[in-house]
Amino acid sequence: MGIRLMKGNDAVVFGALMGGCTHFFGYPITPASEIAQQAAYWFPLAGRHFLQAESEVSVINMLYGASSAGARVMTASSGPGIALMGEGLSYMAGACLPAVVVDMQRSGPGLGNIWPEQSDYNMVVKGGGHGDYRTIVLAPYSAQEMFEMTMKSFEIADRYRMTVFILSDAYIGQMMEQVSIEGIPSESGKKDWAVYADAQSRSNLITSIYMNIEKQSEHNRKLQKTYEKASRELLEFEHVATEDAQVVFVAYGICARICLSAVRSLRRLGLKVGLFRPKTLWPLPEQEIKQFAAAKKTLVVVELSSGMLASDISLYANGATEVLHIGSFGGATPTVTSLVDRIIEHIGDRHA
Amino acid sequence: MPDVQIQYSKSASMYQLFFRKENDQKTTHYCPGCGHGTAQKLIASVIDELAIQDRTVFLSPVGCSVFSYYYFDTGNIQCSHGRAPAVATGIRRTLSDAIIIAYQGDGDLAGIGMTEIVHAANRGENITVFFINNAIYGMTGGQMAPTTPIGVKTLTTPEGRSKSRDGNPIGMCELLASLQAPAYIERCSLSTPKQVLRTRLAIKKALDYQVRKKGFSFVEILSPCPTNWRMSPLDARAWIAGELEGDIFPLKCFRDVPQEIQPDSLSVIRPDIVTLLTKDSILKTSYDGPPRAPKYIKIAGFGGQGVLSAGELVAFSALEEGFNVSWLPSYGPEMRGGSANASVICSDEPIGSPVVDCPNVLIAMNNPSLELFENSVTNNGIIVLNSSLVERKPRRTDVKTYAIPATDIAKKAGLVSAANVVMITALAAITGFLHVSTVKHSIGNVLRKKLYTDKNLEIVENTLSYLREKEMM
Ligand SMILES: Cc1ncc(C[n+]2csc(CCOP(=O)(O)OP(=O)(O)O)c2C)c(N)n1
Ligand code: SF4
Repeated sequence: MGIRLMKGNDAVVFGALMGGCTHFFGYPITPASEIAQQAAYWFPLAGRHFLQAESEVSVINMLYGASSAGARVMTASSGPGIALMGEGLSYMAGACLPAVVVDMQRSGPGLGNIWPEQSDYNMVVKGGGHGDYRTIVLAPYSAQEMFEMTMKSFEIADRYRMTVFILSDAYIGQMMEQVSIEGIPSESGKKDWAVYADAQSRSNLITSIYMNIEKQSEHNRKLQKTYEKASRELLEFEHVATEDAQVVFVAYGICARICLSAVRSLRRLGLKVGLFRPKTLWPLPEQEIKQFAAAKKTLVVVELSSGMLASDISLYANGATEVLHIGSFGGATPTVTSLVDRIIEHIGDRHA
Repeated sequence: MPDVQIQYSKSASMYQLFFRKENDQKTTHYCPGCGHGTAQKLIASVIDELAIQDRTVFLSPVGCSVFSYYYFDTGNIQCSHGRAPAVATGIRRTLSDAIIIAYQGDGDLAGIGMTEIVHAANRGENITVFFINNAIYGMTGGQMAPTTPIGVKTLTTPEGRSKSRDGNPIGMCELLASLQAPAYIERCSLSTPKQVLRTRLAIKKALDYQVRKKGFSFVEILSPCPTNWRMSPLDARAWIAGELEGDIFPLKCFRDVPQEIQPDSLSVIRPDIVTLLTKDSILKTSYDGPPRAPKYIKIAGFGGQGVLSAGELVAFSALEEGFNVSWLPSYGPEMRGGSANASVICSDEPIGSPVVDCPNVLIAMNNPSLELFENSVTNNGIIVLNSSLVERKPRRTDVKTYAIPATDIAKKAGLVSAANVVMITALAAITGFLHVSTVKHSIGNVLRKKLYTDKNLEIVENTLSYLREKEMM
């Protein structure tokens, strides 16, 4: 065990090495390039592989190849790069290939800018590629979680034969914090479905095409079953002072950090405010939201987008309680003071 | 009749019965006279001859040969349209002894997949690519391909391919031969039995090079698509000989320079990962004294003043003294105009927002920084300013100000870039929130240029002398 002061972006690479990742394929894009740069330094030191590809399209297909051959693989990118990977992600889902992909969200649409947003939510959580597939989405909010979540994501990816996304943002990646390097390093076991170029695995086939309606529907049903199982088993979230709260912030990533400060300030003022933080965005904790709604707690979704998470929360709340949205764009983040003022105003209105 | 028994059998590396196929498991799904069947039989017979069946991974593309895995009794991976060379690269990095075959059509390789093939060739990947050039998009029903000759009518060039609108057909061998890395590039044809035999030789040479780790091998095979050419199988083969083999796609060897592939030594040495990653980790002392007031610190200056590493120095020192810390570089619109700032929070409590909107400590390294952040400082906060460069005094009267000629002190010691160390030393010594000894200890860990560690330690001492002289500590 050891403690380091490190950026979220660096912690991802440490987590990957602890999680048994042997192959990193990357293509530069701010604010994710640091991850590739750190991987280029650390992977060879650890006897593992780093390769800079010619495009994100190639990156995802290199992951496809190495994953087919049984390796634990990863990449890191940001909005435009993840969008280019869409087809490949879908192929990996169709062929049931495990991989880990980090999205350090930046502003969009288009080239946007390099400052944080959380506007890749729909693309990543709903699946940016074609077809009926899912990816598991983890949402770290500290350098420590960048390390831990990346580390465990390789086991999860192998277990469900799915892509695990680490959906983060430029702030969480840039921020330096204490990271305690702990846990038991893991390694990929032999996979009975992989193509190892040997006699034993010779009959194995990696494909996503079924030119037969019956077979394709059977395959898709199997995928849906896996998703259903994963969504039951993987759910993770954190409650901060929600029990007696009248108002509950719902946020992930950098917004959850800002909300945490706002909750403390509001509690000091005697206001009953809490924070609910989904640590998995797919699966999204539906039951918790329903319980908040049934208890008539006002839900305030804070995110760096027009309300992508908020629309899912509203869906689950299903009109049973009020769902407010506080958003911002283009790299702007809400300040703690602005959140505090907004909640005071809201509670004031309520009780006026 | 002589005493000869003719036995028809498939190569061992082709399934004898195509069990993955629904109907008619004895024949392929290719149209009568299609070149794919011929080319694949040749490849299978070479796999047998080289005894590499168990080691072979066959990559099926998107195109008429998408179902190559119906036929090849090898490891099989189906790839997305055009990306087989990238997939092959991923496998190459994983399985050092695999024989990797990317089998691609002209739409797949020369159209959508142009990037992947060029870069895989340029890296000299030890893989083999068989490029089936039938000058048309077969699977989608006969649209123009990048290799369709000028004037040829297809579904998307009803009046014939036009040079001015569609460009000339692309010669992939010629293009790849302009790269240095490939070991072997040859164009062959299935037009006549003689050419078919030549093609087999090329296939064998290409795979043999891969087996012997001689580098990237590429065989283009001019191949008939009677269906979409709307010709009989015989006419189709004749058309290849008459129209394709001439000036457009000359048959020849473009490159035969076996390369020495460096063995991939990386994965051989695998150090203990925990030891590697915890090598220079920090000793965090656990703190159990009275609660300490949290510090919300903003350090600002122009680029080159070491603002970010000043923040790192504070964060590192505070971590060693048992604080929770966060460090966030300026990462927003304020970075324009060459000014940079770092937000550092040191707190006994776990840290919420890492963004410092209202600092209780402002370290202003230059004029614009004071202008920008003075008003955001909290009541009773502290401003430490670099009086060598900041010309005015703060307007705020509800804050404590300390003026330190940081640039001058650093310059005097001969290391002007260490003004940041002066400021952090002053902050520690004046406020006492960090021990100067911890700051000194952290310098070696934080500063990238170890060369200057001694100089920086000297500058810490000079700063302390200055503070004593001015009775600031
Ligand atoms: C991304 C994408 N775009 C388009 C297609 C449709 N498509 C399938 S096969 C094909 C053309 C294949 O032609 P070629 O590579 O020449 O192979 P052939 O069928 O002639 O053997 C196309 C465009 C696809 N499957 N994926
Ligand atoms: S359409 Fe052309 S390339 Fe496709 S199988 Fe038929 S003949 Fe072969």
